[in-house]
Amino acid sequence: MSFPWAKEYTPSHPFMKWMDERLPVPRLVYNAVGGGYEVPRNLNYFWNFGFLAGLCLVLQIVTGIVMAMHYAANTEVAFDTIEHTVRDVNWGWLMRYAHANGASAFFVVIYVHIFRGFYFGSYKAPREMVWLLGVVIFLLMMATAFMGYVLPWGQMSFWGAKVITGLFSAIPLVGEPLQQWLLGGFAPDNAALNRFFSLHYLLPFVIVGVVILHIWALHIPGSSNPTGVEVKSESDTVPFYPYYVAKDGWAIGVFAILYCAMVFFAPNYLGHPDNYIPANPMSTPAHIVPEWYFWPFYAILRAFTQDFFFIPAKLMGVLAMFGAILVWFFLPWLDKSPIRSSSYRPLYKKFFWFGLIPTMAVLFYCGGAAAEEPYVMISQIAALYYFAHFLIILPIVSAIEKPKPLPFSITEAVLGKDEDAKLEPSA
Amino acid sequence: MAEEDGVRRRDFINVAAVSAAGVAGIGVVIPLVSQMSASADVLAASTTEVDISSVQTGQAIKAIFRKQPVFIRNLTQREIDAANAVDAASLRDPQTLEERTKEGKTNWLITMGVCTHLGCVPLGAGEGEPRGEFGGYFCPCHGSHYDTAARIRKGPAPLNLQVPDYEFTSDTVVTIG
Repeated sequence: MSFPWAKEYTPSHPFMKWMDERLPVPRLVYNAVGGGYEVPRNLNYFWNFGFLAGLCLVLQIVTGIVMAMHYAANTEVAFDTIEHTVRDVNWGWLMRYAHANGASAFFVVIYVHIFRGFYFGSYKAPREMVWLLGVVIFLLMMATAFMGYVLPWGQMSFWGAKVITGLFSAIPLVGEPLQQWLLGGFAPDNAALNRFFSLHYLLPFVIVGVVILHIWALHIPGSSNPTGVEVKSESDTVPFYPYYVAKDGWAIGVFAILYCAMVFFAPNYLGHPDNYIPANPMSTPAHIVPEWYFWPFYAILRAFTQDFFFIPAKLMGVLAMFGAILVWFFLPWLDKSPIRSSSYRPLYKKFFWFGLIPTMAVLFYCGGAAAEEPYVMISQIAALYYFAHFLIILPIVSAIEKPKPLPFSITEAVLGKDEDAKLEPSA
Repeated sequence: MAEEDGVRRRDFINVAAVSAAGVAGIGVVIPLVSQMSASADVLAASTTEVDISSVQTGQAIKAIFRKQPVFIRNLTQREIDAANAVDAASLRDPQTLEERTKEGKTNWLITMGVCTHLGCVPLGAGEGEPRGEFGGYFCPCHGSHYDTAARIRKGPAPLNLQVPDYEFTSDTVVTIG
């Protein structure tokens, strides 16, 4: 699980020795995120986002537990308890906006983390399990975020719940009973609000569990790196502590500046004014959109307006939306190129920067726009390209591409081939 | 148990114990799953009586049935003619206006106010709301257009607006559910 040159945990204090023989938690921590975990020396700033994602999870759990102390999951009072938290509870405004913007921050970080994986081929052998668990975490995050947005029981909460649970009614035969079972009624009401609260509290701890598996699976081969060349010798790595602990500390600083700017100066910028109107089952807001982090997938949902052979348009949209994420599960096997990093894949790099990224940007924009032309047609083209990227372009590119020569080692990539640059053997 | 009949005593106990645990497991799962379905009080509140005496020709009102809106619309002769002028077989969800209303009460179009796409409330029942390209209802969420018989004509919705179970208990009172 580690390189032979990784430092061993050697407790010096008698108590730590006593502890190490009975419950070696300090040893576990030392080997996982301390001086005992050897990490490639050449990681760039994109490798900070895994740590930042963990930080966001902690932030959401802490502020979420506080919010739950002042919240009541009942349709009569839920809206008022949130306003009460913001207006009357000491520092309640801070907790509420830290939690609401924390969700957005979490998704910003996780999208960078995911696209880091796309660009540098982090999903390839031997790290397929790391990737698969990561996709599971992303799905759990989406479920948690959706249910959390329902809890204030404003107009967007209510209609978001109705539209999203309405997706299940598209499933043939069992759809409608399934939707009523999920909601505990014919429309979102008290039963639905209560179970969403229960699950919104539960799922973050499930995420913690999967994150532990994600890190465990990562630490078997060790972290990837921007060259995609595996670690060969001691000169390729540095210990996690102090090197990457310090670098992650720097990342916290930058993150905190941006995050606090949102919380303190634009706390409602990413929200919708309609959610400050209490839920009204009799009136749909003129323009229903989900939170920004769902926009690309929402655009794919809405892109299907025609029946597809015997599949109704509605079911097709739902299948495509879930398929857009489920296709990530197959990524390690769709991309057959043995080269991980795009730095050495000239063709794939072009399709990443000029294909995938603009497509995501277009889908993102269309998902937030009204369901009218030209946005519907633009999202249809973008959705088509999105699936083509993963299912057609990626397999073909990985078959025909002629990669650039890889450096012999991480050390050579960093210091060059110059003989003088070689480190002492026992450095 | 004797060896010659091929079932060893330990195998028998093993299979019996695992089977019993399996049955008990199903017994535990049933209440855990079933508790999420609509509860008795939610099901009990599932009929609604509406007085329609004040709805003038061309007007529509919204009532509440199962916590969801119901549109009760008094169609004009022009709207009835427009609905009947369409060849029902050419529609996505083929139905005639007659099939969607009660006999002799063709002008009373009573449907759920729930878009069959993803459940938004379509516009068109309220005064001055847009009624879409076909003069019936228009769902702003994803752009579904319904005609004057509340049949889907354009957009992503797969079905016509649902007609709930209802009856005229008198000339001016409708019981829904």
